[in-house]
Amino acid sequence: MKLPLSWLKDYMNTDGIDDATYAYEMTMSGSIVEGIENSAKEIKNVVVGKILKIDRHPDADKLVVCQVDVGEDAPIQIVTGAPNVFEGAVLPIAKHKSNLPGGIKITKGKLRGVESYGMMCSTDELGISDERATGVLILPEETPVGANIVDVLGLDESVAEFEITSNRPDCMSIIGLARESAATFNREFAIPAVTVQENNESVTDYASVEIQNPELCSRFVGRVVKNVKIAPSPEWMQRRLKACGIRAINNIVDITNYIMLEYGQPMHAYDLEHVEGGKIIVRNAKEGEMLETLDDQPRVLSSSMIAISDEKRAIGVAGVMGGANSEVSEATTLVMFEAATFHPVAVRRGAKALGMRTEASALFEKGLDAENCLNAINRACQLICELGAGEVVGGVIDLYPGKKEQRVLPFEPEKMNRFLGLSISEEEMINILERLEFTVKDGKAYVPTFRADVEGMADVAEEVARIYGYNKIPTTMMQGGVTVGGKTPKQKLEDLLRNVLTDCGLFESMTYSFIDPKENDMVLIPKEDSRRNMVVISNPLGEENSVMRTDMLSSILKVLRTNYNRRNTEAGIFEIGAIYLPEGETLPRETQCVAMGMYGMGDFYDLKGKLEQMLETIGITSYGFAPCSENPSFHPGRCASLLVGGKAIGVFGQVHPKVSANFKIGTDVYAALIDFEALLAGYTTDRTFKQLPKFPAMSRDIAVLLDASIPVGEIERIIKKQNSNILESYKLFDVYQGEQVESGKKSVAYALSFRAEDRTLTDEEVNAVMDKILADLKAELQAELR
Amino acid sequence: MREQLTAIRATATDALNQADTLAALEELRIQYLGKKGELTAVMKGMGKLSAEERPIIGQLANEVRAEIEGALEEKKAALETAAADAKILSETIDVTMPGRRSTKGKKHPLTTVLDDLKDIFIGMGFTIAEGPEVELDYYNFEALNIPKDHPARDTQDTFYIDENVVLRSQTSPVQVRVMEQQKPPIRIIAPGRVYRSDAVDATHSPVFHQIEGLVVDKGITMADLKGTLEVFVKKLYGENTRMRFRPHHFPFTEPSAEVDISCFNCGGEGCRICKGEGWIEILGCGMVHPKVLSGCGIDPEEYSGFAFGIGLERTTMFRYGIDDLRLYFENDIRFLEQF
Repeated sequence: MKLPLSWLKDYMNTDGIDDATYAYEMTMSGSIVEGIENSAKEIKNVVVGKILKIDRHPDADKLVVCQVDVGEDAPIQIVTGAPNVFEGAVLPIAKHKSNLPGGIKITKGKLRGVESYGMMCSTDELGISDERATGVLILPEETPVGANIVDVLGLDESVAEFEITSNRPDCMSIIGLARESAATFNREFAIPAVTVQENNESVTDYASVEIQNPELCSRFVGRVVKNVKIAPSPEWMQRRLKACGIRAINNIVDITNYIMLEYGQPMHAYDLEHVEGGKIIVRNAKEGEMLETLDDQPRVLSSSMIAISDEKRAIGVAGVMGGANSEVSEATTLVMFEAATFHPVAVRRGAKALGMRTEASALFEKGLDAENCLNAINRACQLICELGAGEVVGGVIDLYPGKKEQRVLPFEPEKMNRFLGLSISEEEMINILERLEFTVKDGKAYVPTFRADVEGMADVAEEVARIYGYNKIPTTMMQGGVTVGGKTPKQKLEDLLRNVLTDCGLFESMTYSFIDPKENDMVLIPKEDSRRNMVVISNPLGEENSVMRTDMLSSILKVLRTNYNRRNTEAGIFEIGAIYLPEGETLPRETQCVAMGMYGMGDFYDLKGKLEQMLETIGITSYGFAPCSENPSFHPGRCASLLVGGKAIGVFGQVHPKVSANFKIGTDVYAALIDFEALLAGYTTDRTFKQLPKFPAMSRDIAVLLDASIPVGEIERIIKKQNSNILESYKLFDVYQGEQVESGKKSVAYALSFRAEDRTLTDEEVNAVMDKILADLKAELQAELR
Repeated sequence: MREQLTAIRATATDALNQADTLAALEELRIQYLGKKGELTAVMKGMGKLSAEERPIIGQLANEVRAEIEGALEEKKAALETAAADAKILSETIDVTMPGRRSTKGKKHPLTTVLDDLKDIFIGMGFTIAEGPEVELDYYNFEALNIPKDHPARDTQDTFYIDENVVLRSQTSPVQVRVMEQQKPPIRIIAPGRVYRSDAVDATHSPVFHQIEGLVVDKGITMADLKGTLEVFVKKLYGENTRMRFRPHHFPFTEPSAEVDISCFNCGGEGCRICKGEGWIEILGCGMVHPKVLSGCGIDPEEYSGFAFGIGLERTTMFRYGIDDLRLYFENDIRFLEQF
């Protein structure tokens, strides 16, 4: 919403309030000023000049050379191509070293070899008009030569741009903002009395109105103007419209727009001679009904819209746009004005369905004050008289089926003070409310009709607080019930996982939770896999962000792809991210996945080590791994399931080369996907102290030769199976395949450590266990001691 | 014999002075004091001396021996010290060469800042609540006093799954879920992802994070809201930070406010970060709307509360001077390793 500050003076005294103070105070009382612009500030050194003499340009047919009097000792020479110059013309001259709106600087120069000391200006160059003018602006002959153009044209206008919140449609008007301004600065606010000179005819002899569905139209006010003389509106009105961003058209249309700005009440003007039977009917549109709107577009209406029609056909979509068939034209002599209030939701839906949000519809859909209609239409008729644009026919058509009682709320100063943490006196509260046109008496607050947003104590308290000043409210600490802050085990585990995974050298990533359904193919998820059952966004930004992920692999691979493309030689990342699994309920199950991915940072065993470190840090000490060759996203020979309590809780390994190729990553990629819930189930911070050993350990190394195809896990199974209470630990320290051993075999070496809590072990005790292990290795794995 | 001993004393002292390695010293020890050493040989010949001479020469021999032994020890200690010094000297390294680091990753900057925020509010007795991202329209809008066709829905371009299910456009639905399940006193923050159909650019992302705050209890005032946020602001941005409240409108709070803080970069003078205004908007807040309370089964006559919503991306941008929202979601290692 734009407000030319000079317009405020119609309703209040603004003396002594500069632009910056105005913007600040209004913002702090709740009407946010986004900025104040003054195009005159951009205009410098532009004066009124008079052309004394025009000569042809020696080298250009379309240019002329003018001698211009700009009120200085000697005339200046200006070369121009403007088609409308003549000797004696008075016009704006941008002199050497002048500035024009839009940051344009004018300096002297040569045009086709002839010196020119400035420029003659058109309306668009001065920022008065947005349209490209065909010639320079010719001023009245009597305009004083040498005068500053800003003063001559009254361009020194500051225009404030407001951001009005959706609860305050009353502030979408000059009067509403003036009321707020007066309340903010604690000054007198008054709307000048509106008087209409009407003839002694009766409007009912010209027109009638019928509201078929009162749900749709709470009030419809109409007045008729005859002997209309269509003409341009006066300069002052055009300037105000323009300052608010509205183009001037003709006096009738301009008046309707002026009233919309001033009163916040959209108006419409019908050419009454084109309204069949002079009758206006407000009704539901018929399904498929056709109407050509003012913008010359054919529109198909539907039954949810409100149609304005005459006896035969639709002549407008209520609250959105009028029809071309009853449009005011140059030939119009009989006009009917409409000021009405329509059902906000119906207008909103209609505008949306037609794809035409107009300024009028934007107002209607916020819910307008029906009490405003009559004042607005009378003000329009007053302007008709002032502009001599026609003769106002006596009487008003006023159908008001939706009249509402004024809202009355209890006035509770103590309660409000308690709620706000303030101690303002009752008098001060009343004073503030009265400035906002509330009436307070007998313990009741009477809410003005234009404030439909004020419904209860909290709303009244806000009115008091914002005018009193939010920043005068003290800062206090909460009293009342005791609460204990803290994190849940789930939240603690998330923190811990982030700590351990960053300790492992991985960076935390954050990726979008919606993906492209094609990514399912890129990671080779089988067609019948349940992960292809996804939550689909009905209005996505694009296909690439259209489904909620059910798997984290592609998210991780996209991050690695970015890093790979940017030539980062290595990248290791993790994310504790949500996946969204539709399971038949209204809402999907949202669960988390701990995903990791890396390239250039080692191989399968580096990733596996990180997993082991993670598990042990969170207190899961009993876990295992099983080869997994069936997951199509992973390399069949380099993939394992992570087992906890015998259950697979995740998968990890080298990403299938086909998959990494799909993501255009030209190196081996490793990834892990672990179920967070399963980790949470095993997560514990319980640790029990174990006595430090008092007796020495004995260590034994063994190296065995066995078939290369046997996993070392088998050896460990046999070591563990002994259930020896003196075996303290075992550790793989060498695996060898090559020249030194028979082909098809490998040599595997373990270091074992033995210890008893209560004594120093003897060789015999240890040897007994070792012998048993070797015997079992031989029996079960045909492993020979090397 | 006396002459022999005197000669040994002289030559030994002389030789010891000359010795410059531990090995040479050992040789000298053997030469003089060894089983076949010179002094030993002399002492072996003592038996041939007369009874009068023997004690005199014996004493002298012992003196010479003690002297040589002492000198040996002294020299040995000196040589050892010198050798240790020389070794230490030879171990000099170039301390300006780069240090070796263990490879560590980093948390995402959004997580780091969120962790700070959580700590601040946990310190004030808050717990952390969570709610679904794929959310019912009811919780995201209707229960927050934003009925269908409410104009406020225009300001949030929402992703819809179907008529009744949305990707939550704010973390405020968690407020409602908490109030439905928990009796006052309530003090929670609810951080999480939210979604709006904004095309991606330096300041917009279809996915971003908010931190919702909610307090409901008897006698909670707007002054308490200001007090709580002041603690938060000063802890996060520094003790000298000033805060101001501007009236605003949110359908689910009344009164509502936006909160600005004095620019942490220029202290309020006006700079590039605050666009010359000296103030930076950091959050929206207000007193929980009575309709929202009663919709959740909490009597607004008995209880009151406040709520606030903080944008995590923005807060993090301010913290580190990050100027482009897209960096958060690209996850370039060269970005992530900076924080």
